[in-house]
Amino acid sequence: MSSNTNAAANIKAEKNLRKRAGLTDTNLLLIITIAVFVAMYALAVFLLGGGFTKPQTFFNILNENASLIVLSCGMSLVMITGGIDISVGQVTALVCMACAVYLDRDVLHPEEYAGNPGNVVTALLIALGIGLAFGLVQGFIVAYLNIQPFIVTLAGLFFAKGMTTIINATQFNVANEQFLKLKEKRITVPGMGANNKLGVYVPAYVEIGVIVAVAIVIILFILLRWTKLGRNFYAVGGNNQSANMLGINVRRTKFMAHLLCGLLAGIGGFVYFMHAGSGSPSHAGGAEMNAIASSIIGGTMLTGGVGNIAGTFFGVLSLSTIKNIVASLGLDEAWWTNITVALMLCIFLLLQSVILSRKHKAKK
Amino acid sequence: MSTSQKDLKLKKRSFSAFLGNMVRQQLFIPVAALLILVLFNLIMDPSFFKIELGHNSAGDPVLSGYLITIIDYASELAILAIGMTLVTSASGGQDISVGAAMAIAGSVVLRVLCGNNPRPEHMQTSIIVAFLIAVLVSMCFGAFNGMLVAFFKIQPMVATLILYTAGRSIAAWINKNKLPVISDPSFGYFGNSIPGIPLPTPIFIAVICMIIIAVVLKFTNLRLYSQSVGINSSSSRLNGINPQMVKFLTFVILGVCVAVAGFIKVSRLSTINYSVIAKDIEMDAILAVALGGNSLGGGKFNMKASIIGAYVIQFLTTTLTKFKVNSTAIPAYKAVVVIILVVLSAPIVREKMGTLRKKLARSKGNVGKEVA
Repeated sequence: MSSNTNAAANIKAEKNLRKRAGLTDTNLLLIITIAVFVAMYALAVFLLGGGFTKPQTFFNILNENASLIVLSCGMSLVMITGGIDISVGQVTALVCMACAVYLDRDVLHPEEYAGNPGNVVTALLIALGIGLAFGLVQGFIVAYLNIQPFIVTLAGLFFAKGMTTIINATQFNVANEQFLKLKEKRITVPGMGANNKLGVYVPAYVEIGVIVAVAIVIILFILLRWTKLGRNFYAVGGNNQSANMLGINVRRTKFMAHLLCGLLAGIGGFVYFMHAGSGSPSHAGGAEMNAIASSIIGGTMLTGGVGNIAGTFFGVLSLSTIKNIVASLGLDEAWWTNITVALMLCIFLLLQSVILSRKHKAKK
Repeated sequence: MSTSQKDLKLKKRSFSAFLGNMVRQQLFIPVAALLILVLFNLIMDPSFFKIELGHNSAGDPVLSGYLITIIDYASELAILAIGMTLVTSASGGQDISVGAAMAIAGSVVLRVLCGNNPRPEHMQTSIIVAFLIAVLVSMCFGAFNGMLVAFFKIQPMVATLILYTAGRSIAAWINKNKLPVISDPSFGYFGNSIPGIPLPTPIFIAVICMIIIAVVLKFTNLRLYSQSVGINSSSSRLNGINPQMVKFLTFVILGVCVAVAGFIKVSRLSTINYSVIAKDIEMDAILAVALGGNSLGGGKFNMKASIIGAYVIQFLTTTLTKFKVNSTAIPAYKAVVVIILVVLSAPIVREKMGTLRKKLARSKGNVGKEVA
């Protein structure tokens, strides 16, 4: 009898343990993130009424923030390894400008390229090349020369900023036909349409960028969860030295994170370009801020080792829902958006800090 | 070996030792950078160094020339560099919100002086009161940053990212998004020049700040405490220093520096543009600290080197502007300078260079022996 109860108690304890193990920091923060997103969306519906109940409103948030999702994914990767990359926003601007100038070269330099506009595939390669170059250089300096990532990427930010204006200092819309066709392409989502005021059925749509962004989220989710490289990211971010002891190449892992982040900045830049259809030095201003905020809201810890791409995805959605609320409340939007974003960042940073300190206490 | 040969060898050795000492000095980097810039300008256009005594529109004597411009415009940067050096030393990170915080300080000054009317005939209060209120507000924002860093243990750069995002918006909100203009000429004295004195006032303000910080560093334990906290926070705690308090204090001091710099900045124009004022100055301030040879990871610092670094950066900016580089493209050049500097000062690179130099010396020595 007693042995039986003992066994039962053992099983119970094991179950408890498993339960606790299941609720790691990553999962706890992910749950908080999803809850925050649901709360935000409910708040939006409550405050702003019916508009937010239409599926297309949700898809519009996706359409507008596809590039931010891609950028935030890259940011999360770097942050999971314990680094940070604040150059992504300006790299986006640089990519937009470079692609725009290339695609419209027949307009900008008629004497050389008349009747010979740039093609989209090369533009995409340019975007990827720029991103990869930033990732390579920054990754090398951060990982192999052991310099603080913030300083390196701050320099990267300013370099990209300067280069953008060196290429072209003013905003202009791209007139390349091939590109416009791509930009205008809409992918309808079946069964999500709604009747408009005239009673005509309007199908819901997303842009190509959203497909790219969702694909990247899925790929990175798989990468982080089920591949060796992904697990290494967590190990290196969690504890540098013990990762080294385990035989993980810490430097190479960090380098890979920055490289991927740079590449994603290139892709994100092209997605932004597909949405905006223009080149401008002020494009994606403050995107690095939003990306960091989204990652943090999504449960990625600044100290490294904790984070989830799904969380980042919901972080972006929460952030943009808040922005939509602020904008539609009729407040001076540019100013108030910044203040709300900063406020959210602050709250979540404090939350992380509290969770961390509680964990330390629990260990003691 | 004859004595003369020995002498020659000794001399050579002492000279190389002297060179080595020079290179190892922390002041070497900023001074060398300054010399390079001076030489470059001397070769390209000697008129760069001309200083003329002219008269401004009011008929007061004013010294003008690129050198005066450099020293004048570097004032804010030098003042910021003082605070930034302390923050860097104690917390091992940098405050990237200084530009936004300067906008807030400037906005507060104008709000207090203008009251509710954005175009007042007379100032509502004395300038000193407005300045002191701005200092107080800036200290509060510094304390906010300091609190996040010291008590909540958030990395300084990320903690200050909050104010970096919100700062300019807060500055606009303080003045209800209006652009106040002060027409009273006495407000402009602090950013331009006082009638009768040919040098711009910011130079004097910067010198006063330097004297104050020199006195503070000389007579208080600030240097010792912030350095020891920066080098090893937990061991300094065991030695009876409160590391959280020291970190917090450095951010508050930076707040004061920011207020002074912001005050000069609004006084220059007697108005404010929230999105442009002190734009990208955080980069320059960090660059000044890095150029001064201070480790950006915290610990030991050299205040003189940082301040010289600030002047070097303004020298670089003015040189670039003079050679018709677009002002929006300047960040790209500065970024290259930063990267070169941090890469050269990285411990790994230094180590590699050291071993390379030794190898070279050894191979040279071998060749010498063979010849002998």
